[in-house]
Amino acid sequence: MSTERRVVVTGLGATTPLGGTITQTWDAILAGTSGARPLTQDWVQEYDLPVTFAATIHTSPEEVLSKVECRRMDPSAQYAMVASREAWADAGSPEVDPDRFMVAIGTGMGGVNTLLDQWDNLREKGVRRVFPLTVPMIMPNSSSGNVSLALGARAGAHTAVSACASGAESMALAMDQIRLGRADIVIAGGTEAAIHPLPFAGFAQMQALSKRNDDPAGASRPYDTGRDGFVMGEGAGVIVLESEEHARARGARIYAELSAAGMSADAHHITAPEPEGAGASRAMVEAVKRAGLTPADIVHINAHATSTPVGDVAEANAIRRAFGDATDGMCVTGTKSMTGHLLGAAGALEALFTILSVHHRIAPATINIEELDPAIALDVVRGEHRTLPDGDIAALNNSFGFGGHNVALTVKSI
Amino acid sequence: MAQSEQEILAGLAEIVNEETGLDPEAVQSDKAFTDDLDIDSLSMMTIVVNAEEKFGVRIPDDEVKNLRTVGDAVTFIKNNQA
Repeated sequence: MSTERRVVVTGLGATTPLGGTITQTWDAILAGTSGARPLTQDWVQEYDLPVTFAATIHTSPEEVLSKVECRRMDPSAQYAMVASREAWADAGSPEVDPDRFMVAIGTGMGGVNTLLDQWDNLREKGVRRVFPLTVPMIMPNSSSGNVSLALGARAGAHTAVSACASGAESMALAMDQIRLGRADIVIAGGTEAAIHPLPFAGFAQMQALSKRNDDPAGASRPYDTGRDGFVMGEGAGVIVLESEEHARARGARIYAELSAAGMSADAHHITAPEPEGAGASRAMVEAVKRAGLTPADIVHINAHATSTPVGDVAEANAIRRAFGDATDGMCVTGTKSMTGHLLGAAGALEALFTILSVHHRIAPATINIEELDPAIALDVVRGEHRTLPDGDIAALNNSFGFGGHNVALTVKSI
Repeated sequence: MAQSEQEILAGLAEIVNEETGLDPEAVQSDKAFTDDLDIDSLSMMTIVVNAEEKFGVRIPDDEVKNLRTVGDAVTFIKNNQA
């Protein structure tokens, strides 16, 4: 794989439950802050929902975007736009050839708030009150389309949809497009805005959500014996990816290399992970192999670790199955303990954390672990952050999605 | 109930501003929605529906294409108000 074009990360942007920017978010991660808070919406009481909290967005897009932009985009696209503008500015807002500039932003559910709000409008007020932009606001490619339009990216606008692996898969797709020679620079990431009573009720009914209503900040606790489900989050994470050649030619600051991706499907169950982690393990092995590395080169894993009783163990099993004894040399972090689960944006945001971990050589601690589950045979970072070694290092980021999707990304220091 | 043309124009300017962000001052009777104000057909639909609500009129879809200028819309609303 060494003959392939190297793909590097030159810009970062995010809007999350922890902050309105990636800098603010990363600072909150290093401070061990939880983004979970009680929901204040009337619908929590109205529908008597069994879960009354979520990791809601920290900074409303209305503080960043114009009123008109907000009216014309579903919150999911608003988040994507905020994160994309930050990432693009962070990359230096370069003058690029529009025909070589691409967008790849994934989402799990697309414009679910618009879909359901407009359905309410139709039923309660009639067809004349259905917003004419309903369709372009609902469609899952709304974010990539709007960002392409706003920034003038004409090489293509793509949208990976693979539930909670969508953000990571979009980055993998973006990397591939650069390697295929279809673009020199790509805005890639994921977005989600699904904190609406229907998806919320759906997740609650499948018993996927933590019910720790009396302690939202302590609810997302990957690897802890007391974990009881995930905490729903929302937001977006976006990176600017470039061919190394393109980045060097314009003198760009380079955070890290996005070196490889491994992808697989479980073909086991529509929502449950394969308990032995065969599919997830194949994705991880592929991500390391395609990067031209061996498991011994991987020093850190930002795990999917959603804080569900079954999922965390399945992933831990998959990691050990993939890497054997080399697993002992990898410190593992579950940043969803702080951000909650951003669904289609989760993989993207955690890729940003992995990039920052490699760049700053720091693996953040997982919070809320009071008693490490003995079924988790991993070196879990908790209590204190871990300093990563000097020299060439690499880290892995795992993302899995309903449907059996597994995506692992390999990030290398540069 | 009936409003003056000036009141309708001001109300319409408010609706256009809400939908497009255009300065209400720019919304004058002689301005064409498409050619002068750069309002696309989707935004026009929203403006029409909001105008229906605000002024208590019904603007049929077939009528919308005849509302070339802001003045056309003001006249239509004035003539059709209850």
